Amino acid sequence: MEFIVISLIKAAVVLAVLLTTLAYLQWVERKVIAHIQVRPGPYRVGPHGLLQPLADVIKLITKEDLMPPHASKLLFVAAPFISVTTALISISVIPFGPAITVAGHRTWMQLTDLSMGVLFVLAVSSMGVYGIALAGWASNNKYALLGGLRSSAQMISYELPQSLAIASPLLLSNTLSLRELVESQSATGSVLSWNILHGPFPQIFSFVIFLISAFAETNRIPFDLPEAENELVAGFHTEYSSMKFASFFMAEYANMITVSAMAVLLFLGGWVAPWPAAYGSGLVPTLLFAAAGVIALSHGLRPARRRDRYSLPVFGIVFLAIAVLFLLPVVQGWLLPLFWFLAKTGALLFTFIWVRGTLPRFRYDQLMGFAWKFLFPIAVVNLLVTGLLVAWFS
Amino acid sequence: MDGILFLIFAVVAVLCGINVVVQTHPISSAISLIGVMGSLAVLYLLLGAEFLAVAQVIVYAGAVMVLFVFVIMLLNAGAEARKGRSFMVQLLGVPLLVALLGLLAYFVQRLFPQTVLVQFGKFTGGGAREVGRALFTTYLLPFEVTSVLILIAILGAIVLARKELE
Repeated sequence: MEFIVISLIKAAVVLAVLLTTLAYLQWVERKVIAHIQVRPGPYRVGPHGLLQPLADVIKLITKEDLMPPHASKLLFVAAPFISVTTALISISVIPFGPAITVAGHRTWMQLTDLSMGVLFVLAVSSMGVYGIALAGWASNNKYALLGGLRSSAQMISYELPQSLAIASPLLLSNTLSLRELVESQSATGSVLSWNILHGPFPQIFSFVIFLISAFAETNRIPFDLPEAENELVAGFHTEYSSMKFASFFMAEYANMITVSAMAVLLFLGGWVAPWPAAYGSGLVPTLLFAAAGVIALSHGLRPARRRDRYSLPVFGIVFLAIAVLFLLPVVQGWLLPLFWFLAKTGALLFTFIWVRGTLPRFRYDQLMGFAWKFLFPIAVVNLLVTGLLVAWFS
Repeated sequence: MDGILFLIFAVVAVLCGINVVVQTHPISSAISLIGVMGSLAVLYLLLGAEFLAVAQVIVYAGAVMVLFVFVIMLLNAGAEARKGRSFMVQLLGVPLLVALLGLLAYFVQRLFPQTVLVQFGKFTGGGAREVGRALFTTYLLPFEVTSVLILIAILGAIVLARKELE
């Protein structure tokens, strides 16, 4: 009984946080891209456009839901569901932090720990292809069909180097459970025991291969061929409108979050701090938030726009309050690991957005050639060398 | 609980299996086949073969069936027309099917007597470690021979495709 109640509470919290993050990731992306292109981005709805995701959701829900004629009705409706379900399921095995004790109940900051956690995420993400492929096929539209075809070809191709890149750190950690994976990287409690730098063979190459394939798997620039608008209108979701269209976007962002979290767990030590707490890694979040608060306050004193006179001091005080929160010993035990996990995941998510603002799109033959002639052989060699060295030194 | 889940997914697997044959459109058949693979994965999981279950989803439902769907989409195969059944099929179809099922049931009964019963949760050697150990010790030769066989099949496919190009 206690188990069911705790699991339900955890599932509700994770779902609420995940869905809010999905909505606000869109806002972050628009803001970051805007600043890369030297423009303010969303600014009208709420202070600094902070209520823009809410407005977008209302807009998408109230839009007319169109169904193209002669489309395969069942599959046309099912495709966005498949996409969004497979994208959201993976979060159930991702651990966010170590075991914590809340009101006398000891529990893990994770919905469930599978002994096959890594393979489970791979299996679920491999099912995600169907959402896009079937959406393209069911739309009864040439552009959508071509987009669906491109995307399934691309996702099958890049799944291979990605799986091989995942296999190498597993050789070092010797486990398939995501929780034990992090525990195996926390030996010295510093950056040196993370799989990306850990001996006998640092997994820096696997990390890069994994990240490149992750861009392709999530259909992001520079690999967003399935929705290349100058050739394919909008690709597989050309015919979709309203919430069905929004589900594809939710799926894309949820996949980005999952794949960033996987990279953090596999290579970057999960919730382990970059250096031991004895050398003051516990003060980093306090200093960061305090600095952000001070900057916001000082800008609030000399506002560039009239609205900033009220919004920036409020942000500054909120940041300072968070900085103080990180100093409380009661919450430090679970807040610090959570901070490090979210900070690493956030940094990778920022990389996704940064790349989108920087790189142009690949040509289709380049995309396939890159996967099969470059990435795949390198991943195989990397796996062989890792296996050899692990066997040699153990 | 295990028994109920087994019944649900066994029924789903059989229904999807029948649907593969009954559907006229290749893509509906392919999706039914994905349903069969998925239910089989759950049945493996119920029997304690967790690695096999995940491998089933990754390899069959994830990779093989995606290629099926991909090829169907690429060829843009339409729905097949239903032709009138021949007289022999109408007359002998059902009796032959019943005879086949009866024969299968009889042989299963003979080969696996009632003394050996399946018990859920009793088998624990289905993890990645155990499967890997078995593959690289007891079944090393069949495992390696199978991989060579697959390599030969790939080479054959390339040779055939080459001939087509020239």
